[in-house]
Amino acid sequence: MLQRLMTNYHETAAVILFCIGFSTMMLHKNLIKKIIGMDIMDTAVYLLLAAQGYIQGRTAPIVVDGVQSVEAYINPIPAGLVLTGIVVSVSVSALMLALAVRLYYRYHTLNLDEIIALAGKEEV
Amino acid sequence: MKRERPDVLIRLREELRAFLGGEQDALEERMTEGQVRPAAREAAAPDIEYRLMMENEALEAKRIAARLHEHNRREVSRAGRIVYCALCVMVCLMMITLLLYTMANLPAFGSADHPINNEVSARYIEKGLQETGAVNIVTGMILDYRAFDTLGESSVLFTAAMVVMLLLRMDADSQAYSPLARYVRRSQHADTFYEPHQDMIMQKTAKVLVPIVLLLGIYVVLNGHLSPGGGFSGGAIMGAALMIYVTAYGFDSIRRFFTYKTYQRIVLVALLTYAFSKCYSFYTGANGIHSVIPLGTPGAILSSGLILVLNICVGFIVTCTMYAFYAVFRKGEL
Repeated sequence: MLQRLMTNYHETAAVILFCIGFSTMMLHKNLIKKIIGMDIMDTAVYLLLAAQGYIQGRTAPIVVDGVQSVEAYINPIPAGLVLTGIVVSVSVSALMLALAVRLYYRYHTLNLDEIIALAGKEEV
Repeated sequence: MKRERPDVLIRLREELRAFLGGEQDALEERMTEGQVRPAAREAAAPDIEYRLMMENEALEAKRIAARLHEHNRREVSRAGRIVYCALCVMVCLMMITLLLYTMANLPAFGSADHPINNEVSARYIEKGLQETGAVNIVTGMILDYRAFDTLGESSVLFTAAMVVMLLLRMDADSQAYSPLARYVRRSQHADTFYEPHQDMIMQKTAKVLVPIVLLLGIYVVLNGHLSPGGGFSGGAIMGAALMIYVTAYGFDSIRRFFTYKTYQRIVLVALLTYAFSKCYSFYTGANGIHSVIPLGTPGAILSSGLILVLNICVGFIVTCTMYAFYAVFRKGEL
């Protein structure tokens, strides 16, 4: 298993990066750090997808000199999926940051526990 | 040491004056503007009002902090936090083990017999150039075979920009917002409080940089079907150019050609053009009607049918959205 992980070291790095992002999201109280953790998780997914599409010894899927055989190019589908992912991740980050800004204006803190405590007191 | 500094400044100023000749008055005014403004801010009457508001704000923040401190001491036990952290670490370790076990069973990196290299990608590579006319197979894939997906992406960006504006655009006098928010929105230089206003170095750099960056963005958008790039990356580059411009020259300058109305019109026209041109190609494609739009010779700039138009539309949407994100986060309006 360890040898397999060493050959697939891109995927291993992606998994570790994903878990770093996930633990950042869980362990930090600060909303901005949670958003950073989410972005790290996104990046890990792109790394995984891009690594899946690569094929040893082939070039990027841009037709050069009219060569159109499958043996010449890497898989173009993961590249398109990563593009979609990046766009959605930008939108989600912007949305989360906007919500964090509004929460800061309202409660003067970015600490999630404090925000929950303050919001709970408000309802009563 | 402290006494020497004004002398040095005066000498520098004289040298500049001698060097620049006629323009010195305007230039000097601009140079000293940033230094004079904090004093002027204190003198101006409406700004005193805002300072008072800020002080109130700070007092309120302190009160909230004191209350929270009490709350933390009373209700949240330290043991609970430790248990939570331990649980988090355990969940993360379990996840990492599970995922690594899965990764170990994946095919080796870069192997050609990976199951995702199936007949779909083979079809894109072998027939893509003939069917879409795009030399860049990825562009042909995302803007022709899967163009509906890309329309969704553009709509996601558009929706995100709308929601961010809904959350952060604010009416200057509305009492619903806190004094801090109103201060940021209303005072002209609050968004660059710690930075020089109308900084000369920044402006000269921007004068050189903005046209080049803009040109690069246009190149990337227009060559999306020929080389790596396309609407999304080129649009992000052009958005960066607008951000550099607004950082150097301020919002008053950029409003001469880019206002909220411009943003609305560009995004609306681009999204509608995208949707209608895609409607056309879906209609002709699904009914087996020959499309009147020629695919052109592969490799030429005016080739690959509608892909160029779609790339330009996407480029406009991304440019406007990126700039809108920046402006709304910085100032609360476009």
